[in-house]
Amino acid sequence: MSDNSFSISNRNISKFLPLLLLPIWFLLYSNLQWLTDKLVNDVFGLTAGTHLTETLRFFIFEVPKVLMLLALIIFFVGIIRTYFSPERTRKALEGKSLFTGNIMAASLGIVTPFCSCSAIPLFLGFIESGIPLGVTFSFLIAAPMINEVAIVLLFGLFGWKTALIYVVTGLIIAITAGWVIGRLHLEKWVEPWVYELKAADHPEDEKLTFGKRIKLGFEAVKEIVGKVWIYVMIGIAVGAGVHGYVPQDFMSSFMGKSAWYSVPLSVLIGIPLYSNAAGIIPIVSALIEKGAALGTSLAFMMSVIGLSLPEMIILRKVLKLPLIFTFIGVVGTGIILVGFLFNYIF
Amino acid sequence: MEIKILGTGCSNCKNLEKATREAVAELNLDANVVKEEDIVKIMGYGVMRTPALVVDEKVLVYGRVPSVKEIKEMLSK
Repeated sequence: MSDNSFSISNRNISKFLPLLLLPIWFLLYSNLQWLTDKLVNDVFGLTAGTHLTETLRFFIFEVPKVLMLLALIIFFVGIIRTYFSPERTRKALEGKSLFTGNIMAASLGIVTPFCSCSAIPLFLGFIESGIPLGVTFSFLIAAPMINEVAIVLLFGLFGWKTALIYVVTGLIIAITAGWVIGRLHLEKWVEPWVYELKAADHPEDEKLTFGKRIKLGFEAVKEIVGKVWIYVMIGIAVGAGVHGYVPQDFMSSFMGKSAWYSVPLSVLIGIPLYSNAAGIIPIVSALIEKGAALGTSLAFMMSVIGLSLPEMIILRKVLKLPLIFTFIGVVGTGIILVGFLFNYIF
Repeated sequence: MEIKILGTGCSNCKNLEKATREAVAELNLDANVVKEEDIVKIMGYGVMRTPALVVDEKVLVYGRVPSVKEIKEMLSK
């Protein structure tokens, strides 16, 4: 089997491979603009300044840039994540009071490995061990909304300030929304069978060597980049088209600051829209360039990434409809407020 | 040997099932591989992350898809 021969050599190399790959990564990354210009001007021989040339240049530069950033960050996040698990997060949250619990749950939501397909077992596991509903919600809001893919794309396409604003406001929304849901005492809208589940002992954590953690970091890169690269390509292609062809200030009339209704409207449109961060952020970055306001764009992204229809459908198994609507309402209101705030500040 | 794959039907659960069946076939094991999709039963194993690999009622891996080679090593023990 090719699988065998590969993994035997893989085991020896895996510890040194990052050290080998890092310099190549930095060399390539720091020369990306030069390489792009070389390719566009000399190899393709295109005239600078035309719509087509600038669209192509944007695409050829941004796709490898974002994919390389993703690979690097996901590798390190993948290693860090081997130190966290929902089981440990649950243990940390047990017996915490409402407000402290909300803060911890939202923060741990960023680093704990999470996939929306595991939302149900995670929800059940939290409730089972007596973690309050509101604290559980803080986790469920932060985990999908603030993830490494979103942070890398925001950092790569908007810069560190916007990435930081997104993380901090996302955290505040997750903390406050969870706290509000907790205060409303909505346990009656959780499917009754949930509270009848008996807590089971969770299996022992796997013991991991550092070599193994590095290997898991690589696997995370393979899995996540393998899944999102197509969205990155499509998102940047659309973004490149907007960048090259849409006239300057085109967006300002309907997504600009003066159009106050654009914030709630963006959030409403964003809720049923389902895309991951990789697809939506490049498009929004191009819209901002054409005059869309930062607050409106931020609200739109948060609503698309943080509130998704598929996740609501999954959660319907354990939550009754009124609770799902309350959840969407509270989080949506938070996002709208963030949108207004940033339109006001900037 | 009784092998169970815990998962509610996500793509990784299918990957784990496929890898496990491959491992069982390569080792020529006399094992019964079944998929457990009932969330209440899955919770009975104390697992919060799917998919999970359960052999003779003991959870061996959860929350990730190990390689065929890794599964073979675990099953040979």
